[in-house]
Amino acid sequence: MRAWRAQVGAELRLTARRGDSVLLNLAIPVGLLVFFSVVDVLPKPAGVRHPVQFLTPGVMALAVMSTAMVSLGIATGFERQYGVLKRLGATPLGRGRLLTAKIASIAVVEIAQVAVLVGIGLALGWSPGGPVGLALPAILAATVAFAGLGLLMAGSLRAEVTLAAANGLYLLLLLLGGMIFPLSKLPTPLRDVARVLPAGALSDALHGALTAGSGVPLRAWIVLAVWAVGAPVLAARLFRWE
Amino acid sequence: MAAPAPTIEAVGLTVRYGPKTAVDGIDLRVDRGEVVALLGRNGAGKTSTVEALEGYRPLAAGRVRVLGLDPQSRADHRALTGRIGVMLQKGGVYPGMSPAEAVRLFARYYRDPLDPQSLLERLDLTGVAATPWRRLSGGEQQRLSLALALVGRPEVAFLDEPTAGVDPGGRLAIRGQVAELRDSGVTVVLTTHELEEAERLADRIVILNRGRVVAAGSPAQLAESDPDSARIRFAAPAGLDVVSLAAEMQAPVSEERPGEYLVAAAGGPAALARLTAWLAARDLPLRDLRTGSRLEEIFLRVTSSEDPE
Repeated sequence: MRAWRAQVGAELRLTARRGDSVLLNLAIPVGLLVFFSVVDVLPKPAGVRHPVQFLTPGVMALAVMSTAMVSLGIATGFERQYGVLKRLGATPLGRGRLLTAKIASIAVVEIAQVAVLVGIGLALGWSPGGPVGLALPAILAATVAFAGLGLLMAGSLRAEVTLAAANGLYLLLLLLGGMIFPLSKLPTPLRDVARVLPAGALSDALHGALTAGSGVPLRAWIVLAVWAVGAPVLAARLFRWE
Repeated sequence: MAAPAPTIEAVGLTVRYGPKTAVDGIDLRVDRGEVVALLGRNGAGKTSTVEALEGYRPLAAGRVRVLGLDPQSRADHRALTGRIGVMLQKGGVYPGMSPAEAVRLFARYYRDPLDPQSLLERLDLTGVAATPWRRLSGGEQQRLSLALALVGRPEVAFLDEPTAGVDPGGRLAIRGQVAELRDSGVTVVLTTHELEEAERLADRIVILNRGRVVAAGSPAQLAESDPDSARIRFAAPAGLDVVSLAAEMQAPVSEERPGEYLVAAAGGPAALARLTAWLAARDLPLRDLRTGSRLEEIFLRVTSSEDPE
């Protein structure tokens, strides 16, 4: 337990020190939330009067994706390239506890992200409603799914390729994930594709859980569950430690 | 009384990468407190052998025991991790982590670690204790890697190319640590392709070529076992009268390079006395007197039969 706690602390310190992590995990989500809440230029779903109502759950989804997929994937990819994963496998910490320490550090970062985004959202006039408690299982399932995708890239591609692929996927899912552009505003074929992606499903789930008068569609749960099982299984099969 | 069990034992150790055989059925026994150097050219199978002993590489054939445990078995490997220290050939440290942080973190993995601060002092890393790994020089990175291998008080240390890319000062620090490990009963297996390093650090040298052991023994044993060991080498002013010297030595003498001489005779006291008397009679200086074969010659001979992989 002592080794594991030390590892979680080290993961958090290293994450806080990486400029790309701070940018992706905090600066971009906060920037998007504040800017597009104040400057009302983005399309909104029907019935939404103030952009912050739509943006707060959407940007939360973006933050989860940033931390669990992009930040974890890039960091793990470079750790693999630098032989860190190999070296730690020969210590009493072991690979299993290394992975759980990474997951725990993701959870801590996500809690901090949600706290910051909720605070800013409330300050900008967001009024959450609906089955709020469902946000937690949705975030958990999405975290597992995104972490699986991040580790899949980190464990099977070169670090530089992981860096490019994770950032490319981030941009794609930002645009197609219903996080700042409502899925309902996308052309039908694109919308159908977006709804089966983990970003779209998480976005749907969080909008449903945090908006008064709505609920989480069953389809979103199914999509999240499939990705939460499939991505880690694929990562486990293809992950190479060195 | 039965001989004590070896600390490391490999029988028929074979490692393959697809169709390529990197280690081809080698046998190895290392006793407690021994420093053994695996010497070979690039691609000779040194790192693959060490990684198989550490449990990183699956065996294609053979068996391995380290401290009586099988590093290839998951349960035994877990038990071994607290008793071995590993220094990778390269990397192994978070690029953004400083030596102080890395040693403190690794110390937390072990039950009875060394004091991180004193370890940093021993390896002359206090001046860069707060510098991120990526900004350390090659020698500082190697010394940090060694510190991380030692912090858990290992019973066996595997050091892969410990002095590669290290400046002379750093080499001294690393050699000092290896000597301390030996004195405290730690078993050390190190790899190197530097002959001088192997000769200075190791009790026993195992020369690998194309994944096979082609020679093994202490530096002295290797020199004696060489069929060409009956030699005296020395340096003196160029252009000596080798015909006269050969008559004195009763053995052929040649000037291999200007000022470097080879006498084809065993380097016993009588022969050396004749040589020094001959030089003294002519008021000639004598430098770099060596008898027997150089490790370099033995190495080249045993590894030259086939090109390395």
